[in-house]
Amino acid sequence: MTSTSQHISKQFDNELENIRSLVLAMGGLVEQQLTASINALVESDLETAENIIKTEYNVNQFEVSIDEECIRILAKRQPTAVDLRLIMAIIKTITDLERIGDEAEKIAKMAILLAEKQAPKAYYIGLKAMGTLVNQMVHDALDAFARMDSRAALHVASKEPQSNDQYGALLRQLITYMMEDPRNITSSMDVVWIARAMERIGDHARNICEYVIYFVEGKDVRHISIEQMEKEVNS
Amino acid sequence: MLPNSTSQVSKNDMSQHDEPQRNLRTHAIDPDIIRKSSSRVELDNEKICIEVKNFSFFYGNNQALKTINLKIPEKRVTAFIGPSGCGKSTLLRCFNRMNDLIDNIRVEGEITLHGENILAKSINVSELRRRVGMVFQKPNPFPKTIFENVAYGLRIHGIKSRKVLEEVVEKSLHSAALWDEVKDRLDADAMGLSGGQQQRLVIARAIAIEPEVLLLDEPASALDPISTLKIEELIYELKSRYTIVIVTHNMQQAARVSDYTAYMYIGELIEFNDTSTLFTKPWQKMTEDYITGRHG
Repeated sequence: MTSTSQHISKQFDNELENIRSLVLAMGGLVEQQLTASINALVESDLETAENIIKTEYNVNQFEVSIDEECIRILAKRQPTAVDLRLIMAIIKTITDLERIGDEAEKIAKMAILLAEKQAPKAYYIGLKAMGTLVNQMVHDALDAFARMDSRAALHVASKEPQSNDQYGALLRQLITYMMEDPRNITSSMDVVWIARAMERIGDHARNICEYVIYFVEGKDVRHISIEQMEKEVNS
Repeated sequence: MLPNSTSQVSKNDMSQHDEPQRNLRTHAIDPDIIRKSSSRVELDNEKICIEVKNFSFFYGNNQALKTINLKIPEKRVTAFIGPSGCGKSTLLRCFNRMNDLIDNIRVEGEITLHGENILAKSINVSELRRRVGMVFQKPNPFPKTIFENVAYGLRIHGIKSRKVLEEVVEKSLHSAALWDEVKDRLDADAMGLSGGQQQRLVIARAIAIEPEVLLLDEPASALDPISTLKIEELIYELKSRYTIVIVTHNMQQAARVSDYTAYMYIGELIEFNDTSTLFTKPWQKMTEDYITGRHG
């Protein structure tokens, strides 16, 4: 937290602390789902994949209850300045976390599909590197959130173009497969969906970093280039 | 931007005469921080109505205001916030020389109204108070009829024509959003009105004499929430015609009604900023701690 001093109202401190822990718990769960879904994919682990799909609603539950808690705080406390920015950052962060949860579920579903089709692993082994990258991004974004560290957040956000590049490279590779033999098209398309999900996860991780920067610096760094972001954070 | 030279003087001034006074209260505010904060807000597109230059105010030996530099833009609402005893009411009352009524006070520096030093001996204080009207925390209607309350200032200024008086009373009561509630009982005793109505009546009385500036000292703190909202709505309506300066303990109220906000702490101006910045991303840690309820 940028503001370390406590509120005169201890109750308010408790409420904010509680909500922050909830976000971190939600983040932990999402991260776990994502790691498991990538493993399920590369290991063709059907059981894990099915488990992810079954427990996805837990992530949604988190989103709903944190949202409710934020609304209660807005109504009761009318937070300003750093407190207001914290609540705004949380409301936005959990939306992105929930989407990451959705994307993890998608990956799990596709993992089941690919395993059942017994698609050649060579098709989607390239996803492992991309999965590792975005998984790390989510982990680091949550870490930056936990510590409310705008420089760490900037560092994570600056990796987002890498996931875009990997997505592009993977697409080109899959197009080659599809041109070589049209019978590869179905499996290749499944892989494209997974890559797309991973690329989106990278975007969501970057969004979370942008909210961390907003909270700490009070600056809106959405929709600008990484270079401009650096300038804003360092100014 | 405020001219840097003025702020520079403030810093020097402070070091010259401020030190002995500081012993009275134990706090340390870096004058540099204050200089920076009050010189950063953009007022390029504003006409300045009141300018406070290196202004200090003493109650006996106690320095209540410490080298304040501040520009109050015309036809805008400027709010003063800060904990009790920070000097916000004292500063407000300097704008129409209300403090002249107190013994053993001393001022340094300058306050100008459209460029004219209102602290000068040559200033006609009655005339100044006509130009700078004031409304207090507790509604203070005169024990007269509603009509006579509003007409009072005009009568003092020698206006006798019933037609003129009626016109101005109606216009002022309309402006104060009170006309519809009292038009059928203008001859009733003003003391019979509710607190919220009394406060709007007092505002009507203040604007009947067409002041340039309206000073509101906690105008809604004695009122219920609905009357408070009516006063706030009224402030919004009035700012197209008057420069309004409001002192309030209710920070949400300052956030709602004002265009600019000044945060004061133990006689110093800590931050002067446009209201939306001050309540979302204040420049000073002290301001942030105060508005988020961390100290004060």
